[in-house]
Amino acid sequence: MTHRIAACFIFLCLLLAVPAAQAQLRIEITQGVSEAVPVAIVPFAFEAEGTPAVDVAAVIDGNLAFSGRFAPMDRRDMVARPTRPEEVRLEDWRLLKTDIVVIGRIKPAAPGRYEIEFHVFDVFRGQPLMGYNLPVSADNLRGAGHRIADMIFERLTGVPGIFSTRIAYVTVDRPGGTARYRLWLADADGARPNAIAESAQPIMSPAWSPDSRRIAYVSFETGVSRIFVQDIATGRREVVSSQPGINGAPAWSPDGSRLALVLGGREGNLDIHVLTLASKELRRLTRHPAIDTEPSWAPDGKSIYFTSDRAGGPQIYRVGLDGENPRRVTFEGNYNARPRVSPDGEQLAVVHNDRGNFRIALIDLRRGGMRILSDGRQDESPSFAPNGSMIIYATREGGRGVLSAVSTDGRVRQRIAGTEGDVREPVWSPYAR
Amino acid sequence: MSMHKLAILLVSAALIAGCAKKTKPDDEAARVAGRDDGFVTQPSPGDDLFGDGRAVEGEFGVIDTPESLLGRTIIYFDFDSAAIRSEYAQSIAAHAAHLADNSRLVVRLEGHTDERGSREYNIGLGERRAQAVRRALMLQGVGGDQISTVSYGEERPAVSGSDEEAWAMNRRVEIVYLR
Repeated sequence: MTHRIAACFIFLCLLLAVPAAQAQLRIEITQGVSEAVPVAIVPFAFEAEGTPAVDVAAVIDGNLAFSGRFAPMDRRDMVARPTRPEEVRLEDWRLLKTDIVVIGRIKPAAPGRYEIEFHVFDVFRGQPLMGYNLPVSADNLRGAGHRIADMIFERLTGVPGIFSTRIAYVTVDRPGGTARYRLWLADADGARPNAIAESAQPIMSPAWSPDSRRIAYVSFETGVSRIFVQDIATGRREVVSSQPGINGAPAWSPDGSRLALVLGGREGNLDIHVLTLASKELRRLTRHPAIDTEPSWAPDGKSIYFTSDRAGGPQIYRVGLDGENPRRVTFEGNYNARPRVSPDGEQLAVVHNDRGNFRIALIDLRRGGMRILSDGRQDESPSFAPNGSMIIYATREGGRGVLSAVSTDGRVRQRIAGTEGDVREPVWSPYAR
Repeated sequence: MSMHKLAILLVSAALIAGCAKKTKPDDEAARVAGRDDGFVTQPSPGDDLFGDGRAVEGEFGVIDTPESLLGRTIIYFDFDSAAIRSEYAQSIAAHAAHLADNSRLVVRLEGHTDERGSREYNIGLGERRAQAVRRALMLQGVGGDQISTVSYGEERPAVSGSDEEAWAMNRRVEIVYLR
């Protein structure tokens, strides 16, 4: 017991000592789309003292490119760089064959704050589309860039943007042969990575709470698996499951009150359980000698999809919260695992064995049918963006794990390449509430 | 000689060599024994199992002695299988007899998979392998309270690499003597 207390203490110290992240991710589009809308994000004027820490226009530019729906113009091709609406000559931009122009100014406000005024023009129709004043704290210009990109994206597509959301992922590196596992949070585009947990033993299966304020994950820091829930803002965490044997695959119910998880017990028979967080009441949902794991809640909270090899190889099943009569939902191929339900509940992303290659596949739950979205050999851990437009997943490149994102229509695929470590298990956050 | 056998011999030799040199802690032996936990410090296990040890020369690995069988602490598995191959029957029997004779000894069976497929499902597969070894030991008289299992799935590969050879080395159960 004293060992355990000492271990917890040391871990807390390590948590406090986790250095500010250096590992920056960058995005490279590996498969583009010809119908992308040409946009021009003109560099924003900076009218406050000093120099801005972040190039806000570049953040917007990168985000819109990341969506795959827009093709931002290279700055070197801009013949004019207007920053106020009266300076915009739409005919210039028409000649450059751009459809949308975004301009802006960063103005001084109260100490430590700015106000960003930006305008969006529809060059094609010759109309202003939106004008907005966004107050922002001086140290969050990047966040403001994401916010503006979200507003522009929603105005132009009718779909809420996901650039202000975040991703979590796990890395492992082995300096001097000793493994270091880290759990990271970053902006959706990979910027501002921040390690929130670190251990010499595996960290697995991060899962965002629906309010995006907490993360559940599996840690082997004591040599065996336990499930933790960590508050992101404070770093405080608690053990929510430490049963004998396997504790794994936590998944939050849509209302945040319960966790579906996997317990193995001393006999090692993995079954899905549901833990009510407030009361600690634990209920067994599946009861089968096969491996039942990787639960994922339907958005209505009434059923759970999971992986089971009760029919031989792993396939996806669906079961109601009464646990009665699990129904098999995948039949294509001999390996379908780790289901994730799309935000609208109509599609399932899975890891599918495609003739020896493990790839991300999308299953249409209503009409049936499967479409393979990725092209790697060992792709894993698909996770939907909260607007359902993209899936982030882990793939391997040059002997290590990297992150990739693919649009759910399969048209745009891009890599989010970390500069260090072996990256795995990306999970996209919900919208912040 | 197959890569497998060679690998087993090398690992066994490393273990025994590590135990023979007690005065100089051997990082490799500690790693194989699963004691690289960053948080908990404990005496290196297995020392009392092997006693002071001595260098094994010459015919090592060709003629199985009870000691060399006990030195085999890693059991390898075929792809997508938790069946214990017949080549491990003797060494599992040696561990079972040793544990049954010394009821104060405790082992942890650590199940592992190769890197393919999804991670939590692989945790299940690694557990299935550890449980197969657990059942084999219990059938031969080892008490259930002498055995614990843990599955690391694909999280702690013994060998890096994405080819058949590396995968074969990673599909394994490690028998770790805790006391």
